[in-house]
Amino acid sequence: MRLPALCPGCGHMTAGAPLSEIDVLVAGGAAAGLCAAIAARRAGATVHLVESAPRALRGGNTRHARNFRIAHDGPAPWVPDAYPADAFLNDLLRVTEHATDDPVARRLIDGSADLPGFLIDNGVALQPTSRGVLPYSRRTAFLLGGGKAMINALFATAVQLGVGVSYDTALAGLHVEPGHCTAELRRDGSLTRITARAVVVATGGDQADRAALRRQLGDAADTVVVRGTPHADGSGLRLLLAAGAAAAGTPGLGHLVPVDARGPAVDGGIVTRITGIPYGVVVDQHGRRVADERADLRRTHYAQWGPRIAACPEGRAALVLDHDGLSRAAPTALPPVSAPTLAGLAAALAIDPAGLDATVRDVNATAEARGGRPIRVPPFAGYPLVAGITFLHHGVAVDAAMRVRLRTGGIADRLLAAGGIMAATVLRRGYLAGLGVTLAAVSGRIAGEEAARVATR
Amino acid sequence: MSRPADTPIDAATEAERLLRICAACMYCDGYCAVFPAIAGKHGFPRADIEHLAHLCHNCRGCWYACQYAPPHPFAVNLPRTLAEVRQESFARHVRPRWLAGAFARNGRVAVAVVSAVTLAALALVLIAVPPEILFGVHTSGGAFYRVVPWGVMTAAAGLSFAWAVVAVAAATVAFWRTIGPRAPLRIVLRALPAALADIVTLRNLGGGGHGCNDTGEKLSGERRASHHVLVAGFALTVLSTVSAALLHHVTGAPAPYPIVSLPVLAGTLGGVLMLVGIAGLAAIETRADREPAAPAEIRMNIVLLALLAATAASGLAVLGLRATAAMGLALTLHLGVVVGTFLVLPATKMLHAPFRAAALLRAAIDRLIAPPRRSGGE
Ligand SMILES: Cc1cc2nc3c(=O)[nH]c(=O)nc-3n(C[C@H](O)[C@H](O)[C@H](O)COP(=O)(O)OP(=O)(O)OC[C@H]3O[C@@H](n4cnc5c(N)ncnc54)[C@H](O)[C@@H]3O)c2cc1C
Ligand code: HEM
Ligand code: SF4
Ligand code: SF4
Repeated sequence: MRLPALCPGCGHMTAGAPLSEIDVLVAGGAAAGLCAAIAARRAGATVHLVESAPRALRGGNTRHARNFRIAHDGPAPWVPDAYPADAFLNDLLRVTEHATDDPVARRLIDGSADLPGFLIDNGVALQPTSRGVLPYSRRTAFLLGGGKAMINALFATAVQLGVGVSYDTALAGLHVEPGHCTAELRRDGSLTRITARAVVVATGGDQADRAALRRQLGDAADTVVVRGTPHADGSGLRLLLAAGAAAAGTPGLGHLVPVDARGPAVDGGIVTRITGIPYGVVVDQHGRRVADERADLRRTHYAQWGPRIAACPEGRAALVLDHDGLSRAAPTALPPVSAPTLAGLAAALAIDPAGLDATVRDVNATAEARGGRPIRVPPFAGYPLVAGITFLHHGVAVDAAMRVRLRTGGIADRLLAAGGIMAATVLRRGYLAGLGVTLAAVSGRIAGEEAARVATR
Repeated sequence: MSRPADTPIDAATEAERLLRICAACMYCDGYCAVFPAIAGKHGFPRADIEHLAHLCHNCRGCWYACQYAPPHPFAVNLPRTLAEVRQESFARHVRPRWLAGAFARNGRVAVAVVSAVTLAALALVLIAVPPEILFGVHTSGGAFYRVVPWGVMTAAAGLSFAWAVVAVAAATVAFWRTIGPRAPLRIVLRALPAALADIVTLRNLGGGGHGCNDTGEKLSGERRASHHVLVAGFALTVLSTVSAALLHHVTGAPAPYPIVSLPVLAGTLGGVLMLVGIAGLAAIETRADREPAAPAEIRMNIVLLALLAATAASGLAVLGLRATAAMGLALTLHLGVVVGTFLVLPATKMLHAPFRAAALLRAAIDRLIAPPRRSGGE
């Protein structure tokens, strides 16, 4: 065994410890990276995982996730009824408008059926549907305590299995050579070079990189807030592309949702999302109505509102509700701005009062004539809105073993990609609830097994 | 957005800020009854916050699972904040009200009262009981009462016990007035079985089935198990005392009783179980991560553990030493500890039992009146 010398427990490399040669290097300490590291280690490889975030912020966007989509043929304690693999694939084809890589999608969907078992075997707790207040969902299973609880459990299992873990350590260089890869790791500004027989890059997307956002979304990027980890800076993606990886996805597309403008600039997660749009009226800063709030009442409606808000002047808008509308909306992390009159609310939200007044009159007149939801009962409430980015629809292309496809047409057999970084292979547009974690965990597991296979061959 | 670092903020205000975030998130809804109780809520009146604080069983699951724990700017630390609210809430409901001062310093007060009562008892016995009786070896029935006369013993223990029961009950009634839902008796009765099940099993100390974060990130069922052992032991000692009283009054046989008798067997086993449970809880308390805990609550837990340990250990000492010359002093010591403990009990963490029971009952009632709103993921 050539296990790297580590400071046991704390997971940091001990100063000067030789971390020179290992079987599998995994970059990224979230769902994909952890599943890869655990799978590779269980397959007998020596594994080291580097996570660019400090320990307290390990787990990337996965920390913010709640449920994941699984194919299954019958009920289990954590999921009712059935969701056959074919139905899963049909849903994926529908939302992507067939913009997917079929064999890879099938492999991942088949893998989703074993995912609950794999996670449970590795210490993750799933929430039985009988506990708490879960909505009915035959397509997704819920993580007890959410994504961070899963991350904690997977890290504990990985360390217990002997996976070396370094926090605050980023993959900063990558060279594919015959028979092995050479990687550069950056910690506290200094670089260490190591040799690995295979590398799994599971560093997520580049949605937290302003330059990338700007390239993809144009001017709108400046006001967009990042819903997840600031560490999704695209460093891994750039390294793969520089190593010759083929790009996948649709430039310019991203999953954008309305979020509370008062929330944090990064890592606001699920709680700053504003879902009460169907109960009120959305106006821009001139008080002009942005779109019909009740035209689409599906649970995924908010994904259409992100781009609309990003397109408003200065990328800002506001949701205005009356007392009745507010009582129907889901609770929000920050209390709404509140005022006894519409004019007062407009002032507090920095919206043109005349414009808002005209819009509300119009909404109320329509509501009276054709039925609908008037904005009438004080006090009035409002949320300032901006668009929040979940992920961008681009990354690298992989084959069904998660090996990176090269622009030249071949595949890199020692270079694997898993999770958000390769999601665009199968998800070039659209989104399905619970897909992110499933793609990450299943691709991670496959990549880890494949990496161990080529590394220990 | 985050908890202001330098301005003092009262725990209930901070709890409201956090509960809003939690109600928007709900990722922890599988851990305990607190989250279903806040589902869909837009605001939290003070009474609700107090109710939720006692509904929280301090399992810390929602601390390790929280995506908004520090260093996140939302700085969510629900277990510690609810523990702080509990402290304030106990203090506001302690009855008689003047005990609030003793509650605030319950460690020092407990030590002072228990040692004063014990020392006084020892002094009285040393002065009033002739040495040949106090240090004699007694084997016949009624031996205890030759050291401490029956009337004195029952009066001291009975009166202090009655004081504890009345004061704790008054505090509980006051707390129920604060949190109690306006539900018809019919609903209260229908809610009772579920509430009783939650009380007896401590389901909410089970972390949704996988155990709690007793000492840190790792899950375990130790705290819950130790608490069960302690309460079982406590119940056995109550059984021992009640059966001894019955034997005394019904059969007229005075203590001490033979080894194979209900009072002695239940008392011995109960005392041992209490000590085992207390040792388990104390070990967890000392190893536990301090971050999600309120220092004042830790101190209160330790005070209660110490009082119960002293009571159990001195009771076992009487059983062990009853056929020796040390019986007289051991009995006096035990009596002093028991009376002292009863005297301070209404100003200790012992209030947690009826307060949590009340909160669990209200939660069960609320679940019948307004089933919680469901929430999803992404
Ligand atoms: C608010 C929010 C809610 C979501 N909710 C859900 C949900 O309910 N269900 C669902 O299925 N999906 C959800 N998603 C999507 C899901 O979180 C992601 O698709 C999934 O977590 C991606 O996992 P990953 O392992 O690929 O990458 P990530 O979780 O993004 O993690 C990437 C990791 O790599 C690290 N890293 C980055 N660069 C480097 C480097 N150079 N070297 C080393 N490490 C590096 C980062 O620190 C990070 O830990 C949500 C996303 C967000 C933002
Ligand atoms: C209604 C019944 C009871 C309930 C619901 C209950 C619940 C709880 C809970 C949830 C805790 C841990 C959380 C905290 O630190 O506050 C706890 C702690 C404690 N309980 Fe109880 N309890 C009950 C009865 C009792 C009884 C009868 C005793 C004593 C005989 C007791 C003794 C203790 C002690 C000593 C602690 C502190 C332990 C520690 O340091 O962690 N409890 N109780
Ligand atoms: S994850 Fe944090 S904010 Fe969400 S419910 Fe749990 S404690 Fe509350
Ligand atoms: S500490 Fe445990 S019992 Fe208290 S609110 Fe959090 S999860 Fe619930």
